[in-house]
Amino acid sequence: MWALRACAAVTVATTAGIIASLAGETVAFFREVSPWKFFTGTTWAPTFEAAGDRFGALPLLTGTLMVALIGIVVAVPVGLAIAVYLSEYARPRARRVLKPILEILAGIPTVVLGFFALNFVTGVVLKAVIPGVETFNVLSAGLVVGIMLVPTVASLSEDAMRAVPQDLREAGYGIGASRREVATKVVLPAATSGITAAVILALARAIGETMIVTIAAGNQPLLSFNPLHAAQTMTAYIVAVSLGDTPAGSVVYRTIFALGSTLFVITLGLNVMTYRVARRLKERGR
Amino acid sequence: MLRRIAFVAALAVVAAGSVACGGSGSGGNGLTGTILADGSSTVFLIAEAFAEEFKREHPGVDITVGESGTGGGFKKFCNGETDISDASRPISDEEKAACKAKGIEFVDLEIARDGLSVVVNNDNTWAKCLTVSELKKIWEPNSKITNWKQIRSAFPDQKLKLYGPGTASGTFDYFTKAIVGVEKSSRTDYSASEDDNVLVTGVAGDKGSLGYFGYAYFSENRDKLNIVGVDSGSGCVTPSDATVRDGTYSPLSRPLFIYVKKSSIARPEVKAFVEFALNSVNGLLPDIGYTALSEAQIVAQRAKFEKAA
Repeated sequence: MWALRACAAVTVATTAGIIASLAGETVAFFREVSPWKFFTGTTWAPTFEAAGDRFGALPLLTGTLMVALIGIVVAVPVGLAIAVYLSEYARPRARRVLKPILEILAGIPTVVLGFFALNFVTGVVLKAVIPGVETFNVLSAGLVVGIMLVPTVASLSEDAMRAVPQDLREAGYGIGASRREVATKVVLPAATSGITAAVILALARAIGETMIVTIAAGNQPLLSFNPLHAAQTMTAYIVAVSLGDTPAGSVVYRTIFALGSTLFVITLGLNVMTYRVARRLKERGR
Repeated sequence: MLRRIAFVAALAVVAAGSVACGGSGSGGNGLTGTILADGSSTVFLIAEAFAEEFKREHPGVDITVGESGTGGGFKKFCNGETDISDASRPISDEEKAACKAKGIEFVDLEIARDGLSVVVNNDNTWAKCLTVSELKKIWEPNSKITNWKQIRSAFPDQKLKLYGPGTASGTFDYFTKAIVGVEKSSRTDYSASEDDNVLVTGVAGDKGSLGYFGYAYFSENRDKLNIVGVDSGSGCVTPSDATVRDGTYSPLSRPLFIYVKKSSIARPEVKAFVEFALNSVNGLLPDIGYTALSEAQIVAQRAKFEKAA
């Protein structure tokens, strides 16, 4: 019992430590660079000391959002389709085979997925289909982030659908609904909260994803909405700068923390949303 | 089943390999210790070759070679974290001051020359040669050039995609100084990486791309890249051993260095490693792709090291 409590305390202490270490450097950063310029500036070039206004994080924000949106556009339909199939259509034997396969997909290291995005998705597929695509591009990274998220969406949505009481399905069949009608008009609406929570969680993971975008998206902070071009996400920038030479205490070093805080606030917000939606689900279930 | 057999076979090979390594490990002549080197990704290729060859003779010595860029390397070096710093430009006054503040004395040894190379995709049939002023127009800060047509009207209407090293790189410092005129002065909207292999992948993948890095990375990837000659007023010159050694490949011929911390030379493994490096460098360079110094120049570097040691 005490041991368990201590383990729980470790996670709380870790979170508190992360917040503390982020906060100090972030405050120091915003003393040197105005938050207004940081969130609205369109030129991100902190390491080029000769450039003028070089702390505009907008290109990184749009890069992150583009990757996350493409990922969600891929993951939600595919994940939901799998969830509906597993929960409403699949025989127990098929489930026993499919579920572990999904979990294997969830276990592929993201660095492997990154090279899959660069060498296969861009190199083999996109280059053949879209002539103007660049070697490093947002689309391939987004698509593969989507593939990475499919198990999350599928598994959580399936749980939500299976939690829908059997009575509701039987009532549906009782009034003559087909299997598809029961799945789409009864089970899906009843599981909306759980599915929403799954999607928000997936979005949070997409925003925080690092390795795939570092390898495949090109590390070029351009303010552009063209997914065929290179871009840089907040996470990929943090990797790029942490690998090079950034003397502790410099402004460039502090950009890492400012971006880390931004990421932290975004994902924290999304997690709070997930938590609320999930709680509503429980209340409705009663 | 076949796959399982292949897997077991692979395991067996790995096991056999490690046994073999263990066997040779017990040979050696007793030198032990750890040598830490970091710095230029251009010089990395040479330093890595030194490390591999040296370890063959002295398996007891662990050598770690990083590639965080010349600037990144000097920051660690002057912070006392490394024994050797690889550099593709001389140490700056600022870096010297940082070293001095920490009481770190060093000896600088030139080990090779490099023709910093401007490369394009191998489908690029038009850019055989660019003048220094054209390169400047492309790379200077706030450059608005995004299409090959803007560089020279005879060039085709093809989107220009730029790849180059990041700001921690000595190659970046050298190129900006030689081409733009002011060190570290560059446009910022290009794909940057400290890892030259990422740049190679980028230039090899996009038809309209242009990038720059050390000659060895071109030499390794001749099948994927075309080299661009540079014209600094007296005609077009492409980098080669001859043009780099006599400096006619101008202004992008540059010396490559290793900086050795004086207090580390007292350690026998570091002294042996640097001596080994200076003795073997000219034999290793042809495989790597950089230009060797003349025998007299190498002898001078050896003398310089002996004096420091």
